[in-house]
Amino acid sequence: MSAAEEIVAEGQAVEAVPKRAMTLGTGTSLVLLAVLLLVPLLVKNFIIFQMTMLLIYGIAVLALNILTGGSGQFSLGQSAFYAIGAYTSAILMEHFDVNYALTLPIAGILCFAVGFLFGQPALRLSGVYLALATFALATAMPQLLKLGFFEKWTGGVQGLVVTKPEAPEAVQSMLTWFQLKMSQDMWLYYFTLVVTVAIYISSVNLLRSRSGRAFMAIRDNEIAASAMGVDVALYKTLAFGVSAGITGVAGGLGAIAVQFVAPDSYTITLAIALFLGMVVGGVGWLPGSIVGSAFIIFVPNLAESISKGLSGAVFGVLLFLVIFLVPHGARQVAMVSQQLIAKLKQR
Amino acid sequence: MELFTNQILAGISTGAIYACMALALVMIYQAIDHLNFAQGEMAMFSTFISWQLMQWGVPYWVAFVITLAFSFIAGIAIERILFKPLAKAPILTNVAGFIALYSIINSCAGLIWDFTIKQYPTPFGSSPFLGSQLISTHQAGMIGITLLMLLGLFYFFRYTRIGLAMRAAASVPESARLVGINTSWMIALGWGMAAAIGSVAGMMIAPVVFLEPNMMLGVLIYGFAAAVLGGLTSPFGAVIGGFLVGTFENLVGTYIPGVGNELKLPIALALIITVLVVKPAGLFGRPIVKRV
Repeated sequence: MSAAEEIVAEGQAVEAVPKRAMTLGTGTSLVLLAVLLLVPLLVKNFIIFQMTMLLIYGIAVLALNILTGGSGQFSLGQSAFYAIGAYTSAILMEHFDVNYALTLPIAGILCFAVGFLFGQPALRLSGVYLALATFALATAMPQLLKLGFFEKWTGGVQGLVVTKPEAPEAVQSMLTWFQLKMSQDMWLYYFTLVVTVAIYISSVNLLRSRSGRAFMAIRDNEIAASAMGVDVALYKTLAFGVSAGITGVAGGLGAIAVQFVAPDSYTITLAIALFLGMVVGGVGWLPGSIVGSAFIIFVPNLAESISKGLSGAVFGVLLFLVIFLVPHGARQVAMVSQQLIAKLKQR
Repeated sequence: MELFTNQILAGISTGAIYACMALALVMIYQAIDHLNFAQGEMAMFSTFISWQLMQWGVPYWVAFVITLAFSFIAGIAIERILFKPLAKAPILTNVAGFIALYSIINSCAGLIWDFTIKQYPTPFGSSPFLGSQLISTHQAGMIGITLLMLLGLFYFFRYTRIGLAMRAAASVPESARLVGINTSWMIALGWGMAAAIGSVAGMMIAPVVFLEPNMMLGVLIYGFAAAVLGGLTSPFGAVIGGFLVGTFENLVGTYIPGVGNELKLPIALALIITVLVVKPAGLFGRPIVKRV
């Protein structure tokens, strides 16, 4: 093996995904969107709530995907940003009576700032070291939230209860014309869906932009990227900030949907779950985020139904199966099925 | 002044816990260039094995040796079955693998021995050591064992053929292969040794933190902090780092107001980040030079 080859093999933390392979075609996207729009009309409130959580975790996984699949940096600390976003929304809504929709951008901006600042020391770390630093961040977060110092705002160990928003008057009066009624769950679902679609479209555009190309250049070969004039430090921290910001929005939505925030809902387990969601969904494949999110929401239930005590083990075994059989996650499944369909059409 | 020396002594005795764990982490890092997030859980599982043996009436030291052998073999088995196929995969896949392993071991231990807290015996007794209230004979014994393991590792890496081969395989795998070293098995051996060291750490720590499936999480983070502080490439540094982290934790807890048990993990976090930013190679590690 020559020296050049060796360096490429060593530098690779994440597999390079070409830009085109990161998204779905327009047709497929529209079909998926239609499904997401129509299903809630037919199912019960509890399932609508689960679908809302599916979208929220989907956003969080997407954020991690931008960081890892886009710029090649790891994070096992997404739960910390999720927690900051959730608490920001909850505190603004409960203590300052801010409208729930307005708390989300604030949560996003705050998390962007925190992520950007955390990205500064993280700049000097790569691969496993970064995983380690963010891992420590995630484990430390619940303890920070429990601090007596913040207790007046955060409610300490008890946490905060958040009121669930009603659908706005305008929408309700319009629906009464058609003699329909919209439940809180359904309204929140559509609200989340709008936010999700907006974030998805902007993420896709971000990755296709100049900044996105810079992220990918850094992911594929940092030294070469800096030689090409990419400001590595700036773009790495920027990726961290964007990822943290989006996670913060997801956290805020999560707080509104669950109606409750407490330090122990944002432990390392959540960070690990988001990480697994990304691996399962396929690193660098944005639509995979929703598949990954479905994995982390439904598989623990499934695992528990197989064996109550062994749910962690079932989860781990499934993960190993994914790593060994479909190392590219849902992306690989999608590609293979696409090829199969193409073959069938030819016959 | 007396308070100060007392706190240092207490710090060193808690530091021995972290030193044990850090030693295991450095061992695996030397062999595979990754930090094993499941190391703490592997140690916990080994400790449960020894506890089970003792419940069946096996004397302490016999159980100790059996556990050591079991952990060594289990470590090798895990590498051969699960991680050898991933050797060429991106780091990300490996990290996912560690996490899967973590979750499997944790859940299995919880199922077999459930989550209640258990007492764990100590071979050294727990009377005050040399008349000092702050350090018990168990903690003194733990410090002794840690230093003994360090000495053993030093001897192993420095003066045995197989130790030399392991070092070669870790630092320049290509050349090592050319001179006839089976690098793949050297990695497996590294896993086995790390698991064995981890099991010793677990058995030493268990009397202090009590035995339960989640006992290792805090210790693991502090072990990481210790290993990073001492330098991930140096076993000696890891042990010193462990003692330093223990002392630091105690002194901060005593002298800075408002820092109690609730800030334990944030301190470790701050420490890890500071070291990684200021001196990424750690106190005793060698800096990693990248070729362009």
